[in-house]
Amino acid sequence: MSTATTPADLALSRRVFVVALGGAMGGLVLGLRYSPEVLAQGQGKSPFAPIHFVKIGKDGLVTIVCSRSEMGQGIRTSLPYVLADELGADFAKLEIVQGDADARYGDQNTDGSHSVRDFYGVMRLAGATARSMLCSAAAARWNVPADRLIAHDHAVHDPATGKKAGFGELAEAAAALPVPEAKDVKLRPDAELVKSRGRLPFVDGPAFVTGQARYGADVRLPGMLTAVVLRPPVVGGRPTRVDDSKALAVPGVRKVVRLPDWSPPAGFKPLGGVAVIADHTWAAIKGREALVVEWEDGPNASYDSVAYRQALTTAVNAPGTVIRQVGDVDAALAGAAKVVSAEYHLSHLVHTPMEPPAALAHAGDGSCEVWAPTQDPQTAQKEVAKALGLQPAQVTLHVTFLGGGFGRKSKADFIVEAALLSKAAGAPVRVQWTREDDIRHGYYHATGAYRVDAGLDAEQKLVAWRLRVAAPPIGSTFDAKADRLSGWELQTLNDLPLTAPAVRFESCVAPAHVRIGWMRSVYDINHCFAAQSFVGELAAATGRDPKAVLLDVLGPARKLTAQEVGMKELMNAPEGYTPDVGRLRHVIERVAELSGWDAARRAGKAVGIAGYRGFLTYVAAVVAVSYDAKRQVKIDDVWLVADPGQVANADRVRSQLEGAVVFGLSLALYGKITAKGGAIEQRNFDSYPLVRIYEAPRTHIEIVPSQAKHAGAGEPGVPPIAPALANAIFALTGKRLREMPFAKALQA
Amino acid sequence: MSSLVLNVNGVDHRIEADPDMPLLWALRDLLGLTGTKYGCGQALCGACTVHLDGMAVRSCQTPVSAAAKQKITTIEGLSEHGDHPLQTAWVEVGVPQCGYCQPGQIMSAAALLDAKPRPTDAEIDTAMGGNICRCGCYQRIREAVHRAAAAPKGGAR
Repeated sequence: MSTATTPADLALSRRVFVVALGGAMGGLVLGLRYSPEVLAQGQGKSPFAPIHFVKIGKDGLVTIVCSRSEMGQGIRTSLPYVLADELGADFAKLEIVQGDADARYGDQNTDGSHSVRDFYGVMRLAGATARSMLCSAAAARWNVPADRLIAHDHAVHDPATGKKAGFGELAEAAAALPVPEAKDVKLRPDAELVKSRGRLPFVDGPAFVTGQARYGADVRLPGMLTAVVLRPPVVGGRPTRVDDSKALAVPGVRKVVRLPDWSPPAGFKPLGGVAVIADHTWAAIKGREALVVEWEDGPNASYDSVAYRQALTTAVNAPGTVIRQVGDVDAALAGAAKVVSAEYHLSHLVHTPMEPPAALAHAGDGSCEVWAPTQDPQTAQKEVAKALGLQPAQVTLHVTFLGGGFGRKSKADFIVEAALLSKAAGAPVRVQWTREDDIRHGYYHATGAYRVDAGLDAEQKLVAWRLRVAAPPIGSTFDAKADRLSGWELQTLNDLPLTAPAVRFESCVAPAHVRIGWMRSVYDINHCFAAQSFVGELAAATGRDPKAVLLDVLGPARKLTAQEVGMKELMNAPEGYTPDVGRLRHVIERVAELSGWDAARRAGKAVGIAGYRGFLTYVAAVVAVSYDAKRQVKIDDVWLVADPGQVANADRVRSQLEGAVVFGLSLALYGKITAKGGAIEQRNFDSYPLVRIYEAPRTHIEIVPSQAKHAGAGEPGVPPIAPALANAIFALTGKRLREMPFAKALQA
Repeated sequence: MSSLVLNVNGVDHRIEADPDMPLLWALRDLLGLTGTKYGCGQALCGACTVHLDGMAVRSCQTPVSAAAKQKITTIEGLSEHGDHPLQTAWVEVGVPQCGYCQPGQIMSAAALLDAKPRPTDAEIDTAMGGNICRCGCYQRIREAVHRAAAAPKGGAR
C-alpha cells in the first residue's frame, strides 16, 4: 500500500502473532496466538495455540470474533470494527461472533475499562495482516507489484489498471500464502479510517430494539428447569431447619435442593441456602415463598451500618497505615496559619444491572455447558469446573449479552449456582435472581469514611494535606484477613497531584462484614467525593473561586514522579501513561469554558466543579443546580470533558460518559445500602431508587481530541459527578453535604 | 391451574397456568417470547412493559387472567420488520447501551406517541418516568422520541 505509513507496533508484535488457520474452514482464516509471557500475565496457564479471530469466506462474508463481553459499552462494535476498518471491509458484510471462554484469547475479563486499550493494536494488526494477504493474492493474479494495490469497499483495487477483485474471490488464494510477520505489515494512516471520518454503525442496535438480543436470562433449552434460591439473610449464615413440604406442593415445583454452606473467604462461591427448582420462574418464586427455613446467622449478624459508621469515624480520627508521605505533615499542620478539616461519609452501594443475575447450565457426565452474562468468562469457567470437580476444558461457557454489568457480573457466584443445581436436578437449570435477591445478596461497593486536614499559610497557600480513609477492602473478599484499603484500592489517591510541601495519606482499619466487590469506577467514587469536596471547602474557607483553587491545589502542568507523590513507585502509570497534570488542568479549564463557569458565577448561578484522573483518563465535570418552583434543588445541566487519549468509537465513548453522569447522580442522590442484624435492609427500586428520566439533567459531553494512547472510557466519568454536585449545592444553599446520598438532606 | 387463551401479537395461544401468574412469566417461560424483560417484579422499573389493547402496562403485575380477554402486544409484535419509527429512531440516535430495558422503554414510548403524536420533553419525562435505564440513556431517549414523532407517518404500524 503506497499510502500506508505506520508500522505495526513493535512491542505488540512481540506479544501477539497472526497465524493462518486455514484449509478445512474455507477462505482466509487468521488466528491470533499470544506469546507465553502474555498468557502467563493473564489468567493462568494457557495453551500457546492460535484461535480464530477473522475469517474471510469465499462468499465474501467477514466473520470477526469479539472476545470481550458486551454490557453496554459497545465493544462488539468498537473492537471488531477496528479490524474491519483496517481491512477495508464493507460494514454490511460483517458477522460478529461472540467468543466463548477460552484462555487462547488472552485476557477476557471485561472490567477496569481496558478493552480498547489492550486490544486496539491487536485488531489493527489482524486487519492489516489479512489485507496484506489479500493484496498479495491479487498482485499474483494480475502479475503486478502488491504495493501499488489498495483495499477498500471489500475489494482489492489496482488504481493503475482500474481492475478490482472482491475479498471473497481472493480469499482462497490469500489463504495459500504465508502470513507476513508483524514487522512487515503496514497499518493504514488514520485519515483512511472510517472511525476518523464519522460514526461507526451500531452492530447490535437492531437486535436491541426488536427484543431479539439474547441475554443470560433469555436462553432456553428443551427440558430446562428454572431455579430460584432462598439465600441466608446474613453472609455466612446457614439453614438449621428446612421444611419444604409446602414448596413441593406448589404446582410446577420439581425439587428442593440445599446448596453447600458458604465459608470465608467469599471469592466467587455461592452463598448457600435452599433452591426451589420448577418448570418455570413463577412456580419457582411461589415455591420459594412457601419454604419454611430457620437460619443460624453466624458472626456477621452483628453488622449494623449505624454502629459501623461510628467505628469508621473513630478509625479516621487516629493514625492509620501510611500510603504516601512527603515532608512532615503534622509539623506543617501545627505551624499553619489556618487549618481546614472535614469528615466525609458514604454508604454501601449495589450495582443493580437491569438484568438481575441469571445463568443457564447443563451439567452432563464429565462436562458442563453454560450460558451466562459474564464479564469474566474464564474465571466463570474455572469456578464452575472447581464446583463440579471438572477441568476447565470440560466446561464450555457461552457468553450472552449482559443486561448491564457494572462489576456485578464479574463475579461467578450465580453461574456456579446454576451448575450445581443442574447437576442436582439432572437437567438443564436456569437460575433466576429476583431484584430482591440482587439487592440483598450483592458484592457491595464499600462504605467509607474520610478525614481530611489541610494547612494554609498566611497567604492562603496550601502547606499541608493529610487524608485518612477507612473503607472495607475488596481484598477481604479473597483474603478474610484484609482489613483496610491497600495498593490498587487507593486508586486515584495514589497519585492525586498536590502542591503542598507536606502530604500524608493514611489507610485506617475497616474490617468487612459483607462481600465487598468492585462497582463501576470502584473506590474512586469514594476517594473523588472526599478529595474534590474538600477542595470546594478550601475555596469556601478562603473566599476564592473553586476552579482557581482546584488548579492551584493540583499545581502547574508537569508529569508526576513517584518521588513527588511520596511513594516507592507510581501505581497508575503503565508505560506511556505517566500522570500528566497538564492534561488534567486542560480538562478542568475546558469544562469551565464549555459551561460558561465565570459568567455563570458572575450571574449568581450555582455551579460546582470537580476534576479527576482515573482509569488513565482525565475528566472534569461542572454541575449547575437551581431551585424549582417548590424550592427543591434541581439539577439543570452537567458538562463533562474527558481526555481518554485516542478513541476507537467516539459515539460509544460519548454514550458511556452520558451514562456515567446518570450513574454518578443516582449514587450521589440515592445510593444507600445498609445492614441491620447483618442483613441488608433494602429490597427493590422503591428502597434503592435510581435516577429516572425526569431527574436526568441536560448533559453536555466533550471528548478532547488527542493522539495520546487509548485509556479508559466506561468508568472514569462517574467519580467527579458527586463532588461536583456537592460543590454546586453548596454554591446554591450554603450547605456543605459531607455524606452521600444527598436526597434526604435536600428535602430537609 | 386453568386453561386460558392469550392473544399475543395477533396470534391466539392456549396456556395452562395459575390465573395469578404474571403475564410476564407466561410470555417469557410459556410462550418463549423473551423480548419482554424482568427487572423488578413490582412495577417499579418498566422493563416488562407491554400493551394491553394499546395501553402500556407492566406485565410483571398483570395476572394472566386479566390479560386473557385483551389484545396483547409485545416488542416482538410492535412492527412486522422491526421498523416502527421508534425502533428506527432508537438505532439512528444510538440510544441503547446494554439494551436490556429498551423493549420496555420503546413500548412505553409507543403508547405515548399513540396518545400524543408530538410530545414535549415534559410529556416524555412524565410518560417514561416509570422506565428505569441503569445505563443512563435518558437524554438519547428524549431525542429519539422526538425524532420518531417527526418521522413521516405510515409504514410500519
